[in-house]
Amino acid sequence: MSEETGTGTPPETPLSLHVPEPAVRPGDTPDFSNVTIARAGQVPRPPVDVAPDDIRDMAFSIIRVLNRDAVAVGPWAGLLTAEELRDGLKHMMTLRAFDARMMIAQRQGKTSFYMQNLGEEAIACAFQKALTPGDMNFPTYRQAGLLIAAGYPLVDMMNQIYSNEKDPLKGRQLPIMYSSRDHGFYSISGNLATQFIQAVGWGMASAIKGDSKISAAWIGDGSTAESDFHAGLVFASTYKAPVVLNIVNNQWAISTFQGIARGGSGTFAARGLGFGIPSLRVDGNDYLAVYAVAKWAIERARRNLGPTLIEHVTYRVGGHSTSDDPAAYRPKTESDAWPLGDPVMRLKNHLIELGEWSDERHTQAEAEIRDEIITAQKEAEKHGTLHSGQHPSVRDMFEGVYAEMPPHLRRQRQQAGY
Amino acid sequence: MTRRTMIEAIRDAMDVSMERNDDVVVFGEDVGFFGGVFRCTAGLQKKYGPSRCFDTPISEAGIVGAAIGMAGYGLRPCVEIQFADYVYPAYDQIVSEAARIRYRSNGQFTASMVVRMPTGGGIFGGQTHSQSPEALFTHVAGLKTVVPSNPHDAKGLLIAAIEDDDPVIFLEPKRLYNGPFDGYHDRPVKPWSSSDLGEVPDGHYTVPLGKANVVREGKAVTMLSYGTMVHVSLAAAEAAGVDAEIIDLRTLVPLDLETIKQSVLKTGRCVVVHEATLTSGFGAELAALVQDECFFHLEAPVRRVAGWDTPYPHAQEWDYFPGPDRIARALQEVLEV
Repeated sequence: MSEETGTGTPPETPLSLHVPEPAVRPGDTPDFSNVTIARAGQVPRPPVDVAPDDIRDMAFSIIRVLNRDAVAVGPWAGLLTAEELRDGLKHMMTLRAFDARMMIAQRQGKTSFYMQNLGEEAIACAFQKALTPGDMNFPTYRQAGLLIAAGYPLVDMMNQIYSNEKDPLKGRQLPIMYSSRDHGFYSISGNLATQFIQAVGWGMASAIKGDSKISAAWIGDGSTAESDFHAGLVFASTYKAPVVLNIVNNQWAISTFQGIARGGSGTFAARGLGFGIPSLRVDGNDYLAVYAVAKWAIERARRNLGPTLIEHVTYRVGGHSTSDDPAAYRPKTESDAWPLGDPVMRLKNHLIELGEWSDERHTQAEAEIRDEIITAQKEAEKHGTLHSGQHPSVRDMFEGVYAEMPPHLRRQRQQAGY
Repeated sequence: MTRRTMIEAIRDAMDVSMERNDDVVVFGEDVGFFGGVFRCTAGLQKKYGPSRCFDTPISEAGIVGAAIGMAGYGLRPCVEIQFADYVYPAYDQIVSEAARIRYRSNGQFTASMVVRMPTGGGIFGGQTHSQSPEALFTHVAGLKTVVPSNPHDAKGLLIAAIEDDDPVIFLEPKRLYNGPFDGYHDRPVKPWSSSDLGEVPDGHYTVPLGKANVVREGKAVTMLSYGTMVHVSLAAAEAAGVDAEIIDLRTLVPLDLETIKQSVLKTGRCVVVHEATLTSGFGAELAALVQDECFFHLEAPVRRVAGWDTPYPHAQEWDYFPGPDRIARALQEVLEV
């Protein structure tokens, strides 16, 4: 019978678990042939009130402005003046130099911990310039560029890193977990993805009050696997919250390559499509492209058109943190092979191409920035570092748990000798 | 004064708070149009509109996470988790975020918000409609934890919680929603309309957080309890014929240690009663504090009567629930020492 009807049981084949692996490992030759990169200027710029369904393909392409010759091309170009571009370059250079100094400070034992932004400077620096004072970022630990571009004092950043007597967070927080309400920078938490849904709530609050402020959520590629990412997308979608949902895809979550979090979805931006959220991908190493896409998404939010998801495609050039050695899990020269290049060099070359910058001016700017950072560092170190000099009071340890100190904490403070 | 059920009192607390302050928003699963599976938000959406009282997706982490963001903006969210048994997906947001945001930002951001959730057993709710997870919150620095035991307190405590500048976990014993319950499950149910404790003032008033209530004065033994177990403790003391001093803690954190101390220094004996499981339950904290503060006045070991260290069962409900008989036995043991 089975021969005739084809209902026989097929031979049993053992199942096997699929565990994605990066294309290369230490000792291999870096290979980004799997990364499809659109030509600069190729992706159209739709109106901000476009129907999400009409731009589904944008979740699989990459918006780019600067081409190989450092010329700004296409419909997303032309939004920034030369002066604004020089500002942007200065912010990125400042962040990079700041990172370098703080890495050394950590190695010298002046602080316990640091995380660099190396290679990702364009994303936060450009995004911040598209915001308006009063808007609120909900950053991760790798968006220090938001603070620098918002004019937050370098010395306050260092005071926080050193947990010294001028630390704005009174020594309570791990280094780089900054917070500045006045600069639109929500307090950083060590718990990944939690801020993604909080950003949506903040935007909902602005909408409830009939305000015109918007919020920006931030998350890395790895943390998109957290359930709070999903909650954020659901709420943003349901309530059409005025929020820009940023995913920074730097290819790596500590040692885990992005394929582990992304699975079969093709791109992280594509995650937004199932929620009906317009989802774009942008060249995260292209300051002009990041700014243009941010501007577009922020305008959408501001005009009550709802959320936008942006996947910033970049590469984490540095180690995950001062506690990490990337040579243990990826080729040492992989960042050199990264096809989207270096954000600072690309903007520098663009300004030179425009006739608005030169190698000499760049060298001079580097020296000025270095001086500015050393001056800030000297000022910060006058107020102490983690293991020497002045610290926040032990008394501060007990403050701020509640609005008013309850009796049991007052008693514990006294037991501690304060 | 109007006689109200606990449900009506809680609804009234939100109504009064929303009326007084535009920044108060109420949301959760089935909370909006439908008015809540327990009717605690009935009519609020109609009165205040869908931007002040609304339904959410079924995502506890989303509800609490969004509320934290709103509080960061400056609103005062009062959100609902449908059952305390389902708060765990939001636990990270509560513990890592709401509880710590003031501390870690040095006061730049705060989380003035309330997370309401029906709690407790005695209703054949089985494993996931009966839990009492208060110890999971009292252990977290930065949270306040409140458990009312009657309509008057429920309204006053909830208004106080909404006006409080710290995140408040507000546990509502659902067994008490419609009437007091003394643990005698085989006797007819009494409605709040038959009890003086159902007398609820109209309009605005508060019951301060951090203040316990001595519901029965006595000399023989101090009984510490909260929520449903306040009523069961009263019944147990009566059944045992013991002149117990019964304290309704009302707020677990911050705890009214002074009232507890005064009582135990007077009675020299202490029994702690809660529905939650015994090991590492809030009763352990109470027993330790009493031992620490009143050691030389204690004439017997501090006893705890609690739920057994098992998941909350269905068929064995009344062998699990710490009813008047178990409590009465503990009272006698403590008095015989």
